[in-house]
Amino acid sequence: MTTFREITFSINGRPRTLYIDMRKSLLEVLREDLGLTGAKQGCGVGECGACSVLVDEVLVDSCIYLAVWAHNKDIRTIEGEAKNGKLSRVQQAYVDEGAVQCGFCTPGFIMATTSFAENCTEKKVTEDDIRKSHAGNLCRCTGYQNILKAVEKSIHPDKE
Amino acid sequence: MFDLKKHIKANSIDHAIALLIENPDARLIAGGTDVLIKLRDGKPGFSELVDIHGLEELNFIRQDGKNNILIGSGVVFTDIIQSDIIKKHIPMLCDAVQSIGGPQIRNIATIGGNNCNGVTSADSASSLFALNAVLEIRGKGTIRQVPISDFYLGPGKVDLKKGEILTTFKITPENYQGYFGYFYKYAMRDAMDIATIGCAVSLKTKNQILTDYRIAYGVAGPVPLRCPKTEKSVINKKVSKSLLDEISQTIETDVSPRTSWRATKDFRMNIIKELSKRATKEALQRAGEEV
Repeated sequence: MTTFREITFSINGRPRTLYIDMRKSLLEVLREDLGLTGAKQGCGVGECGACSVLVDEVLVDSCIYLAVWAHNKDIRTIEGEAKNGKLSRVQQAYVDEGAVQCGFCTPGFIMATTSFAENCTEKKVTEDDIRKSHAGNLCRCTGYQNILKAVEKSIHPDKE
Repeated sequence: MFDLKKHIKANSIDHAIALLIENPDARLIAGGTDVLIKLRDGKPGFSELVDIHGLEELNFIRQDGKNNILIGSGVVFTDIIQSDIIKKHIPMLCDAVQSIGGPQIRNIATIGGNNCNGVTSADSASSLFALNAVLEIRGKGTIRQVPISDFYLGPGKVDLKKGEILTTFKITPENYQGYFGYFYKYAMRDAMDIATIGCAVSLKTKNQILTDYRIAYGVAGPVPLRCPKTEKSVINKKVSKSLLDEISQTIETDVSPRTSWRATKDFRMNIIKELSKRATKEALQRAGEEV
C-alpha cells in the first residue's frame, strides 16, 4: 500500500495540491516539500511552540499535526505574514521592541501573537492573559519581557 | 516522519466502528497530542490508525430536552472553555480544561482522548468524576452507558472493547443543577505541566448545611478517584472551619498516592490534604457560604 496521498490546501492564500507521504507531519511538509523553513522543529512533542502555524485561523503545533489533516484547510505560516514587503503589525512590534534574540522561537511566537491579537480585538487584555496565551511557546534566550511588550504593542499599536 | 503503517480516515462514527473491526490492530486518533507523541517515541501498537480527527458527528456541546448536558468526545478543550452552556452550568470543568497544556494543545486535544488515554492525571477526569458523568460508548449495533467511575479500569486501561468508540459525555441535571464546584490543579508550573495532584469539589448547601458533597482527585491513586468515606462523613454537617479540617483528616483514608519522579508519596499526601480544604472552601464561597 502506498503511503502517498493527494492533498489540496491553501498555504498563505495560495492554493496547492501535493502528493505527500501520509507519515509526515504538517511541519515536515512545510519545510521539506514546500521549502517554507520559517516554522522550526524544536521539541517535536508539542511543548515548545517553535512550529506554531495557523490552520483555519486556529493556532496549532505543526510538528504533532498530521499533514493529511491539512486537506481542504487554510494554512498560515510566518512566510505569509508580511504583505507587499511590509511587515505585519505583530512582526513590526517584535522588531520595534527588540523581542528577538537568536530568532529560533520567533516565527512560532509571532503566529501565537497573531492568533491572540486577532481574537481579542475588543476585549481588555491583562498581562496575565498575554502570558497565558503564549504559554505554549518557549524562548530559551529568556527574552520574555520584550516579547510581552511586543504583544502589548500588537494589540494597542498607539500605546508607547 | 511518524512510523505509520496504515492511516484510514473515518467519515462517520459507524464507519470508524467498521474500520476498527476490519483492522483489529488499529487505534483511534483524534487530536493526536498523545498518540503522535507515543508514535514518535516508537511505542508499539500505534502504527495503524483509524482517524476521527475533526469528525463533525463527535463535535457538539448541547442540552437535550431533559436538560442533560451532552459533550461530544471530539470536542477540543478550547471549545469547552468558550462554551456558554459549560460556563453557565459547570464552570468547574472550564477551570479544569483551562489548566491543560498551552493554547496550541487546547486547540486540538479532545476531551474524549483525555479520558480514553486512561491516565490518572487527566485534568478533565476529576471534574467529570465529581459530576457523575456518564459515558456513551458505541459499538457495532450497540450503545452502552458507563459511569465514568467504572470506565477507568487501571493505569492506561479503560472500558473500551474492540470496535467500540466513546461518543458522548452526559451530565444529568440532578448532578449539576444547584451544585457549586471548584477545580484546583497543583503542578510545578502554571502552564504546560502535568498535575502533581488535581482536585475537584462539587457541593450543594442549604441553610449552611452541606446537603451534598463530592470530592475527586487525579494522581491520588492509579486512576482518578472519588472519596466515598470522606463524602459520607461530611454530608448533612454544618459548614465551618473545623469541618474543613475534618475533611482533610478523613481524606487520607480514601486515597493511595505513590512516589514518582514528579513527587514523593508523602508530598502528594500533604498536597491532597491541603487541596481538600482549599477546593472545598472555594466551592463553598461560590455557593455563597462563609467559612
